[in-house]
Amino acid sequence: MAEQLFQKRIPIFPRGVKGRFRSIKYVILFVAYGIYFLMPWMRWDRDFGPHQAILFDIVGRKFYLFDLVVYAQDIFWLAGLLGIGAFLLFFVTGIAGRVFCGYFCFQTLWTDVFILIERLAQGERNARIKLSKAPWTANKIWRMSLTWFLWLLVAFLTGLSFTLYWGDAITLSKAFFTGQAPFPAYATTLFLTATTFVMAGLAREQTCTYMCPYARFQGVMFDQNTLVVAYDEQRGERSNGRQKPAKGLLKQEERLGKDVGDCIDCGFCVQVCPMGIDIRNGMQYQCTSCALCIDACDTIMDSINYPRGLIRYASENSMEGKKTRWLNVKTVGYGIFILLISGLLVWSIAHRSIVELTIRPIRKPMYVVLSDGRILNRYEIKINNKASELKRFRLTISGIKDAKLELGQENPVKVLAESSSIVLAKVVTHNPEKDKTRTYITFKLQDVTNSTTPALTKTSVFSLPSR
Amino acid sequence: MSKETKQTVQTTGHAWDGDLQEFNNPLPTWWLWGFYATVVFAIIYWVLYPTFPIGRSYSKGLFNNVTYTTSDGRTVTTHWNTRALLMQDLEHAREMQKPYLDKIKKASFAEIAKDQDMRAFAYSKAKVLFADNCAACHQAGGAGVIGLYPNLADDSWLWGGSHEQIETTIREGRHGNMPSFKGRFSDAQVADLASYVLSLSKQQGVNPASALRGKTLFEGQAGCFACHTKAGTGNIALGSANLTDQIWTIANVPAQHTIEGKQAAIEHVILHGVSRRMPTWKGRLSDTEIKMLAFYIHGLSGGE
Repeated sequence: MAEQLFQKRIPIFPRGVKGRFRSIKYVILFVAYGIYFLMPWMRWDRDFGPHQAILFDIVGRKFYLFDLVVYAQDIFWLAGLLGIGAFLLFFVTGIAGRVFCGYFCFQTLWTDVFILIERLAQGERNARIKLSKAPWTANKIWRMSLTWFLWLLVAFLTGLSFTLYWGDAITLSKAFFTGQAPFPAYATTLFLTATTFVMAGLAREQTCTYMCPYARFQGVMFDQNTLVVAYDEQRGERSNGRQKPAKGLLKQEERLGKDVGDCIDCGFCVQVCPMGIDIRNGMQYQCTSCALCIDACDTIMDSINYPRGLIRYASENSMEGKKTRWLNVKTVGYGIFILLISGLLVWSIAHRSIVELTIRPIRKPMYVVLSDGRILNRYEIKINNKASELKRFRLTISGIKDAKLELGQENPVKVLAESSSIVLAKVVTHNPEKDKTRTYITFKLQDVTNSTTPALTKTSVFSLPSR
Repeated sequence: MSKETKQTVQTTGHAWDGDLQEFNNPLPTWWLWGFYATVVFAIIYWVLYPTFPIGRSYSKGLFNNVTYTTSDGRTVTTHWNTRALLMQDLEHAREMQKPYLDKIKKASFAEIAKDQDMRAFAYSKAKVLFADNCAACHQAGGAGVIGLYPNLADDSWLWGGSHEQIETTIREGRHGNMPSFKGRFSDAQVADLASYVLSLSKQQGVNPASALRGKTLFEGQAGCFACHTKAGTGNIALGSANLTDQIWTIANVPAQHTIEGKQAAIEHVILHGVSRRMPTWKGRLSDTEIKMLAFYIHGLSGGE
């Protein structure tokens, strides 16, 4: 036999369970799917631009997010957003473990749905195990193809919805189904359909254990105060270990008397685990803190009238009877960082400029001597109007005595909504400083459509002939 | 996890020299399938795209022809190649530009200047045309070279600086000529003429007596006025330079810091004359292209 380089996947057939955490997870799933699938269809009233609430317009280099229009030059906001995301992950992980993995990660959400589909088409855990071992009968072929078809359908809708964020959802989806959509739309949809199908349908928990870097490095952020899904070994095993409920071991008092643990070894917690682990073996790197084993155990405990919480969210400290301390340098530090970055981001967005002015002196030639001896400098002036209405701007200059500004077009300059205009300006003056090769000139841009807006100023170089 | 499983590697069953065996470590399945996929990809590629040399030719690829229309209206269908794709792109660009070009062709210069779209289009198109056709002599930005090529960015125009005059200059070309006056005047007379020419543009340090003698010569016997006019302001019909302004296209006066140097620069021109030729661009550029260039060059300094 050839040496095994890796372990072959042992298929996992998670059993369904009801409970507190399962309900929370359904709510999160419902909200997340609602947002993800419906958001491209949400319309939004704008004076200018697309009537879609969220649209990432790559061609126009603009991201429309409700009333906020993000331009390419605002890309550093993304750094802020990613910073918040990272520190929020560290913060939450430090306090409550892998909350992101267990409740919010799209791998978890989509796997959840794919398992639901599997259950719908093939039945509960035992039926699925039986079916997987069964020969390929008509029944198995029908059930497997139904599963795969539904999986593919969800995967395709996932891919298509993602694509719709990058164009007008209504026209793009029409174009998509009539073969008129651009190639990237098909490629993106196909790619995401494939990855969704493979990741949520086939790879499943292997994505978390083998591929995902977050899954691995979150463990580093744990400490004795971090909440993890934990099995109360003290209570579950006592000194004589877990035992199946047999005669004389039915009531809790009876078990206590014989020093037998409360765990009746029913295996429900193992059956519901989507990662295929046994939580009773302690904390394991595979555990995504999905908390389904808590629901499973609570269900059993309720049914035999034992108190809940044999498996529960608890920190290492609380399991050992110590106090869990939420506040420490790590969590407070992360918290401060989150507030700091959020504050900066909000400030930056609130103070974003509506109008931008760029002055580029034309350097070929640096200057021109005119017939009457005056000096001419030319400038390429770019006015970027990010407002959703047409604006007129008056350009004026200062800093050089007697300098005259010529635009070769009307001044105020008209700039359409959400667009930019390049003005070729000429500045002519008598040589003001005979022993210098350069001096400075200041351009002032005043919005005349709304004169309360403060004027923008930019200083540039005015080149002179050397004497 | 820590179960010790002693596994031996499979061998091919061959043994040499008694105990020399060959291990059989099969390639990972995923790797093999990846390899097969590249083989399949290659076969499809060979069919669709030009691949193998055959004698002096090569396999052309099937089902993958490219059709495009050239700038002179011929429709060409050829096997797939990147040059044909470029031609397709160019055809597409021509189609996109056509409405603008048609509009500019019909518009007057004033209309182009007023319309933001036309103005922006003419500017960007002519910027490239200028770099391709004009910048070799007149330099990027049109600054020219004193003594060789006129500066197009200033407000002095040998042949006129209106849109139409610039357009004519580009279309028809120009030939500027000033004869050599070597041997016709004495050295003193040449010096007097140079003094007068310098005094016209109010240069510092000119000998007034010499300039006065030069003025008589300029307006009389020497005949300079025939081309440069009596006032020295030049004549755009002949392309003769305006001597009264601060712009020098032949004699590099601004580079000279002494009056002797300036004098010598002028004398050199008088003694050796000038002959400059600007070629015609008719036939090399279309009328619309010349029009856009004229608009652009006029805009460099605002013309006259």
